[in-house]
Amino acid sequence: MSEKKDYNGVETTGHEWDGIEELNNPLPRWWVWVFYATIIWGIGYTIAYPAWPGIKSSTAGLLGYSTRANVAEDIADVNAQNAALRTELAGADLAALVDNRDSEVYSYAVNGGRAVFAANCSQCHGSGADGVAPANGYPNLRDDAWLWGGTVEDIAFTVAHGIRNEQSLDARWSEMPAFGDILPEEEVEQVVQYVLSLSGNETDAALAEAGAEVFDLNCSSCHGVEGMGDTFQGAPNLTDAIWLYGGDEDSVTETVMNSRFGVMPAWSDDYRVGAGLTQDEVNAVAVYVHQLGGGQ
Amino acid sequence: MWDWIKIAVLGLVALLAALTANFARDLAYQVHALIVMAVAAGLFIYTVRTAGEEKPAATGYMDGVVRAGVIATAFWGIAGFLVGTFIAFQLAFPQLNFDFLQGYGNFGRLRPLHTSAVIFAFGGNALIASSLYVVQRTSAARLWGGNAAWFVFWGYQLFIVLAATGYLMGATQSREYAEPEWYVDLWLTIVWVVYLGIFLGTIVKRKEPHIYVANWFYLSFIVTVAMLHVVNNMAIPVSFMGARSVSAMAGVQDAMTQWWYGHNAVGFFLTAGFLGMMYYFVPKQAERPVFSYKLSIIHFWALIFIYIWAGPHHLHYTALPDWASTLGMVFSIILWMPSWGGMINGLMTLSGAWDKIRTDPIIRMMVISIGFYGMSTFEGPMMSIRAVNSLSHYTDWTIGHVHSGALGWNGMITFGALYFLTPRLWNRARLYSLSLVNWHFWLATIGIVLYAASMWVTGIMEGLMWREVDAQGFLVNSFADTVSAKFPMYVVRGLGGVLYLTGAIIMCYNLWMTVRGQKEVSAAAATPAE
Repeated sequence: MSEKKDYNGVETTGHEWDGIEELNNPLPRWWVWVFYATIIWGIGYTIAYPAWPGIKSSTAGLLGYSTRANVAEDIADVNAQNAALRTELAGADLAALVDNRDSEVYSYAVNGGRAVFAANCSQCHGSGADGVAPANGYPNLRDDAWLWGGTVEDIAFTVAHGIRNEQSLDARWSEMPAFGDILPEEEVEQVVQYVLSLSGNETDAALAEAGAEVFDLNCSSCHGVEGMGDTFQGAPNLTDAIWLYGGDEDSVTETVMNSRFGVMPAWSDDYRVGAGLTQDEVNAVAVYVHQLGGGQ
Repeated sequence: MWDWIKIAVLGLVALLAALTANFARDLAYQVHALIVMAVAAGLFIYTVRTAGEEKPAATGYMDGVVRAGVIATAFWGIAGFLVGTFIAFQLAFPQLNFDFLQGYGNFGRLRPLHTSAVIFAFGGNALIASSLYVVQRTSAARLWGGNAAWFVFWGYQLFIVLAATGYLMGATQSREYAEPEWYVDLWLTIVWVVYLGIFLGTIVKRKEPHIYVANWFYLSFIVTVAMLHVVNNMAIPVSFMGARSVSAMAGVQDAMTQWWYGHNAVGFFLTAGFLGMMYYFVPKQAERPVFSYKLSIIHFWALIFIYIWAGPHHLHYTALPDWASTLGMVFSIILWMPSWGGMINGLMTLSGAWDKIRTDPIIRMMVISIGFYGMSTFEGPMMSIRAVNSLSHYTDWTIGHVHSGALGWNGMITFGALYFLTPRLWNRARLYSLSLVNWHFWLATIGIVLYAASMWVTGIMEGLMWREVDAQGFLVNSFADTVSAKFPMYVVRGLGGVLYLTGAIIMCYNLWMTVRGQKEVSAAAATPAE
């Protein structure tokens, strides 16, 4: 304990710890006034905005501020602003639309389609629309190989009605037989070799030659004499080395023996009440997919 | 008698830890059981070998534990800065997430290692060591509790090792700054309560009539951190043989508890605790009285009363109700002046001694530290304003804000304290080199400026890019666009880290050479002043 000392006209408090003293300066005036000002502002702000909690709810604030209401309002504003574009898109001639890339509707369709795709399609087709992983049964939408046609109308129809589902009577539908039940094993072996040879794989020439005959009798009605496929039946082109379920010998054998049955839901809200896509959204996502690179 | 109890307990712990290691359900728990087993077995052997030896009664200030704390602070500081610099470059160059490190050394595992190493290992050791030094000097009393201080020191290091190795092996509660799992939390609770006991006990037996302001701040830090730690870590272990646990709270309540904790970890660990350091080392180094006793009282009570309510500003525009968000913001703004009270008291303590900024690089370090404190305690309230937060939240601006506070305020005041403490603790006449302190000062300062400036730029840029929508309301930029736009600034940030780390390495060399230097010949015996 030391005596009160004087530093340039300011007294110390008289306390001392390990040589440290304290001056008895008053609070800086500006500090006090700014502190008061923030407190007064704070009281005012809590009156203007929702702030003080009660048992079940809080004070609402004089300004009627609500983050949730603000977001809902913003969304409603954007929807109102885009209403005309959406109507136009819903009734648009898609083929003409994709030829007119400078139009406002086209830009709306691509941007809106990207959002629809991210929310509804990316789970299977990947956020990049590349099918996530090769040969997992979900088509890559960026290439120019199309099972059911790659014009923008084809794509819009596929989106609206889906593939091999029982929701839409217009769903894309075809079914490859399980040839394991039909053909003897050696013929399956032969036709697999032939199919692999179509896309340039090295195969057993003798087996492939025998397979050509098997193919002609059993497969060509859908896949075509040349194996080029048929988009009316969703029969894949077998010559392009693009494989939905894998192009190695085992995978192709599995496909021939047991067939495949990939399903895509019908996305139109005609079939998914309240949860499906409206016509403008179907068109938007079709335009978006069409412009990814492979559209025809 | 006490020795035999210790031997029995340590033997039992080693045995139980061995059993636990055998039955552990995951790698982290198993490794931790082995660490605990090794520590307990080592202490068991040591205690057996020294049992029954007469130990001389200790007198004077207990400085051995403070010396150990200074070494630990410097060591963990370098470790934490090094990891921080590395992960900064991992963000700029993702190739540094090497394949052979996957699952242990990728960014996600190293990030909590960095934050915990700098906050709790570097900052925590600095706070514990300096508080034990300061409370003895300002109470004119030896630490209460004898070797309990050593238990706190080593117990805290064990906590750090368990936390850090746990992160690398994936043991985390996924709560920011509260990542350690339930058993590590329980251990820290024990250590912390003993720490509180030592601190309070020393204050109770003080020989000074009043409690010095630094001790108010230290005490508020210790008490509040204990409360925050216990409440935020309430969890139910999935198994007593595994590291996993489930939080006692769910949903937005859980989030609010976490950010009540997270914000007050900043408020009471990094602000109140370090203000305690500031209130002792600045007047000591400047050899001037504290500017205003009144201000210290008012800003202390205002700070600790208001800080505790400001947490909801971390959860603007989330599931948190609007009222809580408003209150968090209002309290954050009102907190501005109470925070600045500390800055005023620190800076104005130099009045009449301003020339020391030119002549004494340690004072310069402390002054810039207080400057950064003032800047971040202005920036913080500003960022808590909802409209500002809607731009800044989730961006690198937040990272820049945290680092101007952490590198500038916490780092620099700690460096100043280490430069002050080392010659005194090792009884040396002076530091090895003041010009190296000067180098450290400039490297660290330029490093912080590069860091903060680059993060302001990327933060505001990415905030603007995220919210940019076209005329029809669709987002213009994808997230990946913002990541690639930030690349140059990420490199600048990494370089800032390199400068800061270099400065700290220079400090360690300087402190090491100080300790190796000549003992002061006419040293006054360090005894409590009567």
